[in-house]
Amino acid sequence: MNDTRIPSQDINVARLPTYVFGSHSMMWWGTMGLMLIEGTVFAITVVVYFYLRSHSQTWPVDPPPDLLWGSLNTLILLASMVPNQLAKRAAERERRQHARWWLLACLAFALAFLIVRVFEFSALNTRWDANAYGSVVWMLLALHTTHLITDTIDTAVLAVLMFTGPLEGKRFVDVSENAMYWYFVVGSWLPIYAVIYWGARL
Amino acid sequence: MSADANNPVLDRSWSDPPGLIGWLSAINHKTISIRFMLTTMGFFAAGGVLAMIIRLQLARPENKLVGPDFYNQLFTMHGTTMMFLFAVPVMQAVATYLVPLMIGSRGIAFPRMNAFAYWIFLFGGLMLYIAFILDIGPDAGWFAYPPLAGPEYSPGKRMDFWAQLITYTELSGLLEAVILITTIFKMRTPGMTLNRMPLFVWTMLVTSFMVMFAMPSVMLASTALITDRLVGTHFYNPAEGGDVLLWQHLFWFFGHPEVYLIFIPPLGFMSSIIATFARRPIYGYPVMVLAVIATAFLAFSLWVHHMFATNVPELGKSFFTAASAMIAIPTAAQIFCWIATLWAGRLNFRTPMLFALSFFFILTIGGLTGIMLASVSLDLQVHDTFFVVAHLHYVLIGGAVFPLFGAFYYWFPKFTGRLMSERLGKWNFWLMFVGFNVAFFPMHIAGLRGMPRRVYTYPAEMGWNLLNLVSSIGAAILAVGILLFVINVLVSRRRGEVAGADPWGAGTLEWATASPPAPGNFAQPVVVASRFPLWSPGGVAGVVRGLADDRREVLVTSVLDAVPNHRAMMPESSIWPFVSAVAVTVLFVGSIFTPWAVVWGAVLATPPLIVWFWPKRKATQMNLEREVKP
Repeated sequence: MNDTRIPSQDINVARLPTYVFGSHSMMWWGTMGLMLIEGTVFAITVVVYFYLRSHSQTWPVDPPPDLLWGSLNTLILLASMVPNQLAKRAAERERRQHARWWLLACLAFALAFLIVRVFEFSALNTRWDANAYGSVVWMLLALHTTHLITDTIDTAVLAVLMFTGPLEGKRFVDVSENAMYWYFVVGSWLPIYAVIYWGARL
Repeated sequence: MSADANNPVLDRSWSDPPGLIGWLSAINHKTISIRFMLTTMGFFAAGGVLAMIIRLQLARPENKLVGPDFYNQLFTMHGTTMMFLFAVPVMQAVATYLVPLMIGSRGIAFPRMNAFAYWIFLFGGLMLYIAFILDIGPDAGWFAYPPLAGPEYSPGKRMDFWAQLITYTELSGLLEAVILITTIFKMRTPGMTLNRMPLFVWTMLVTSFMVMFAMPSVMLASTALITDRLVGTHFYNPAEGGDVLLWQHLFWFFGHPEVYLIFIPPLGFMSSIIATFARRPIYGYPVMVLAVIATAFLAFSLWVHHMFATNVPELGKSFFTAASAMIAIPTAAQIFCWIATLWAGRLNFRTPMLFALSFFFILTIGGLTGIMLASVSLDLQVHDTFFVVAHLHYVLIGGAVFPLFGAFYYWFPKFTGRLMSERLGKWNFWLMFVGFNVAFFPMHIAGLRGMPRRVYTYPAEMGWNLLNLVSSIGAAILAVGILLFVINVLVSRRRGEVAGADPWGAGTLEWATASPPAPGNFAQPVVVASRFPLWSPGGVAGVVRGLADDRREVLVTSVLDAVPNHRAMMPESSIWPFVSAVAVTVLFVGSIFTPWAVVWGAVLATPPLIVWFWPKRKATQMNLEREVKP
């Protein structure tokens, strides 16, 4: 760069922060990417459900699933957004104490949800190997459960980390992104719930 | 612009540790990418050997070299290898090397996940080939249609290995897509707005988004196939309300976009090579970008044209005919832009350029037969004949393999510091070009004369003898050409002409650093002010100061305009991605034999994933000392 007429546009970045929250962080993009992939999986599975339904004389082939456990779980999942939001807020304000306890609260909700999920499977009134209807219903519920388990483990690991350390600022970013992922688990459940429980009734 | 100065402190902090453990712990994007490229090229060679056996078998009528059962495995393995273990992943492999360099970054996003994706890919491919050697290679075609691939007509484990291979490769591909998107959106050097991004980076961005929408479909489809086979679900079983065409919809909703996952990155190779060897910027940059995006959208509305021979509604077929013809428009726009670039340039016919130019000839023929096949009536006539084999090889080899080889010649000096031999390169190119056309052009005619695909032999009186013999001779010439490439790589790696930073006089940032680049890529990251920063005066407007050299610090910038936002600390090298990949492999392979493997495999895989994430005290302490809060 021996051309002296061009003013140099050197940039000094030494004072920039070493971590940030939200869409400026790389973690946010990574999480969004995973959500997009998994959302596509859910969407395609729902399409499969209706594709099979359009090729079937009777639907559902077996009696529709009982409403009780699935609806109860939907309420639990909706309620879990409260501690989740509070954990997210505590993380973004870097309040370790708050983050700890709200993460534990999230965990309690997740475990409650998983327990009720067991009853949900038993109240589906069909088996995966009974017919194509049973297969796709089990596939939908199993896929969602996988995400639930993954995020429960995630939340547990972060909760332990909040108690034991080692901690630095960007771990709070992880907590915040974990909360965002939980919103995805909740948000994807609502259409899946509608399909499994009401797609068999309408 | 000279290569930037040595910086031993920076080199040390970005180096992977030595020794065997260090080798398994490597996460530097260039190291992983080189391994990834070598692995995919290894599978390319294996798939090529399978193809040669196929051509030997078909060289004369009623040949007894291989039997029908092994032949079924041969063409299934050939297709599966080339599509899932070579063509898609090799593009991502090359991209994980080049993208960070082209955007002026010191590293890649989520480097440990990048290593994990590589190991998963390697283990998946090895699993398939071990199964093949043990005579449990898949044998129902690379697209595995049920009912043939289902439990009733494919008993045994052969198709289960195929279905699990899909899980492996798509997992790897999806992770790479997330890595590349994050890298491209967040790690561009200051001044590199989206509007100044090299076209290859654009093609990888678009490809990665396509991966995220296409690959879930085949993953779901193959999971449903394997549960049909192993635990008695009925997705594809018409007797219990399932539907075999459901498979075809799910598979081709992935499978047609997959052609573009293979084809779009080479458009970026083309743009890089043509700009350099025509010695001018690509004409019509906005058109090029918009054309790639348009191609991506259209690619998702073509899948039914693989199903014209099924009972989908006729009106639907007309729609897909129109969409199939329409995709020629953005492709043509790009070809015209390249022609305009060449027209106005001062051409330099080096080997990379020859490979790039051959694209115009071969792909155009493949594209023309593609337009023919978009017509339902013609498609029905030649369905499942060698005409389709000829078409798809013209598109894929012309559209992807030739530009890819050009790309290897072009970036080899960056990877190794040495140029490949031009003399061998010319021989390599012409043998491949002639061999390819001699091998595949006669297949058009064989197909029109009624020769079906996937038959292990044919009677002498069908009139296909000469055509097949010529094809086999062509395949042998093509193979010799590819062998010359291997020899050229081996010889030039040690004895090639020393390249220096920018042997071709190219204009993009990967040529601004040493060849091969130091572990930290850029001792002095730059601020750019043009699309070809090394060509235009003032293209490199300044330098970025204030990034730490004694640790793995990268600059994170904004999505649209690459305005500096914060400094992120990249992780240390770690063996846990490797260990996790081993554990996940136990899960995947185990689940072929018992569904419970999903449970205990998950229990096995969880601890390494947690250890992988768990922060180290020392590293945390160091980060805390220099932490700057938002």
